[in-house]
Amino acid sequence: MSTPTAVRHAHETAPVTPTLRHRPKNRLGRQLRRMPLRAAVALLLLIEIYPLVWLILSSLKQEDEFSLKPVWALPEGFDWANYSEAWTTGHMSTYLRNSLLATVPSLAAIIVFGVAAGFALQVMVWRGRGAVLLVFLAGVMVPLQMVLLPLFTIYFKAQLINSLWSLIITYTAFGLPLTVFLMAGYFRAIPPEVLEASFLDGAGIFRTFAVVVLPMVRNAILTIALVQFFFIWNDLLLSLTFISDDNLRTVQTGLLNFVGQYGQRQWGPTFASICLTVVPTLLLYLALNQKVMKGLTAGSVKG
Amino acid sequence: MTGRRHRGGGPYPDRLITYEEEPVRSMLGDKRAIAVFIGPALIVYTLVMIVPLIWSAGYTFFDGSVIGGFNFTGLDNYKQLLGDDAFWASTWFTVKYGIAVTVGQVGFGLLLALLYTFYLKRASALVRTLVFFPVVLPTVAVAAMFTKLFAVAPQPGLINSIASVLGMSGDRDWFGDSGSAFIVLVVMDVWRSMGFYAVLLYAGLVDIPDDIIEGARLDGARGWRLVRHIILPMLTPILLSSVIFSINGTLKVFDSIMALTGGGPGDTTSPLTLYMYKTAFSFGDYGYGSTIAMQLTLLSLLVTLVIFRFSRKDQTR
Repeated sequence: MSTPTAVRHAHETAPVTPTLRHRPKNRLGRQLRRMPLRAAVALLLLIEIYPLVWLILSSLKQEDEFSLKPVWALPEGFDWANYSEAWTTGHMSTYLRNSLLATVPSLAAIIVFGVAAGFALQVMVWRGRGAVLLVFLAGVMVPLQMVLLPLFTIYFKAQLINSLWSLIITYTAFGLPLTVFLMAGYFRAIPPEVLEASFLDGAGIFRTFAVVVLPMVRNAILTIALVQFFFIWNDLLLSLTFISDDNLRTVQTGLLNFVGQYGQRQWGPTFASICLTVVPTLLLYLALNQKVMKGLTAGSVKG
Repeated sequence: MTGRRHRGGGPYPDRLITYEEEPVRSMLGDKRAIAVFIGPALIVYTLVMIVPLIWSAGYTFFDGSVIGGFNFTGLDNYKQLLGDDAFWASTWFTVKYGIAVTVGQVGFGLLLALLYTFYLKRASALVRTLVFFPVVLPTVAVAAMFTKLFAVAPQPGLINSIASVLGMSGDRDWFGDSGSAFIVLVVMDVWRSMGFYAVLLYAGLVDIPDDIIEGARLDGARGWRLVRHIILPMLTPILLSSVIFSINGTLKVFDSIMALTGGGPGDTTSPLTLYMYKTAFSFGDYGYGSTIAMQLTLLSLLVTLVIFRFSRKDQTR
């Protein structure tokens, strides 16, 4: 593939600065000189990771462990009751379902609309495409707050407040600028000869798009989908504004509500519900980590 | 695939591809196909972004809300803005917060990137992954976790416990006064996103050709001098995009503050976004809310332009 991701990868695996440091003559000296740095890296990892470990351990503690033992003590046993409490009484199951119901359709719409629009703007030839691209680009800058109130008015009049549709429509529109912009960039990397060859073979424009072009930008689409997933999944402002019915809350507003209600008194279930929102995103990130990193670095170097 | 690639930056309109051959041209100029490809995106984008944007600008000349009805008030909202202490306090908080977090995010990001490139080298993949962790976590969850980390009641959280072990006062109410609440906010947002900027800047560092750094080393540049005179100038474009990206995000901060302090104690940690939200939805004043949102938009635009100007000057010097 000649997508930018592949190009970046070549850079990344190349040796960075092979002869940067002069090696001290004896091994012990080298080890000693490296000690402060090792300590710094260890401290860094401690600061980044320990809060998460603490979070997960705390979610397994019983209520009296919080008051009787120091906060860094290991849990006495695995108390899964916190999780069932968060799942049922805390409505986390409902919130997770709502988040999925809002995220999946908007993600699909963003990708289908955004990829097609990027193709029309970058590859197809028509008057005004430069201007339209600029209009999409401007959308990256606009703060949500600037369109929040008219959207509330529209959804209120259309009776879409307290409906997941209001979220799906808004997420789709807000995901488009970045998707269109990035996809247009990726489409630049497709050589015109590929299109020409496909047309000469008798394929029409739609067939060429679906069979020849799409497979070439598969990785790019995955990267964008992942970035958009995190944006949508972690949204607070829109779901807070458009949803007030507890049965329709998404994970973020649900968690905010839960912490507000039980956070002071019931630490165990609170920690468990935080874990329930953190662990899925962490797992998804770990599974697709390589792709995120490559996609990110590719984007930054091009800009 | 090793075919010809179109070099250059992003898809700038003046550098769009043109095709020479007639059949390809007509195929790619098919009006119906273009409409099918761009239509849905353009319709959704126009209806949900552009129309509301203009609509919102119109709101700034009105009072009231969708529930209570609107009254035309001309420039009253703008006049009110000038004498509104809460607005100026929020603006000052937004700027202060934006600068502190941007400096923290990009500064620590740069330090981490240097660490990845020059010390950890190829072993950095694991560290990069781990430091990137918090970036993907939901803000509400991170804020809830930080609330517990810095808690004082009913039980002291991790930070207060560590403080009391180290012999400092272990019962500090971090969210009780605006100064320490501000510190926790900044620490949280820097902790959350420095891994992201580290990866961006790392990508830039890796792209600096080895022989440039080698040459500088042979000329005797080491340590800080090497960073200051060779690496930073070559990293300027990415550093600049990082700063613009970061300041634009932090000026619009909402989630972190809503979830961590709710703007409190009092309204002392309330940025423009939160002030706008409360004005519109707690006090039902859409007109004034839109006027505040407009100032936020202008502020982001202004800051971005100033950074651009500043960087131009710096390069020509």
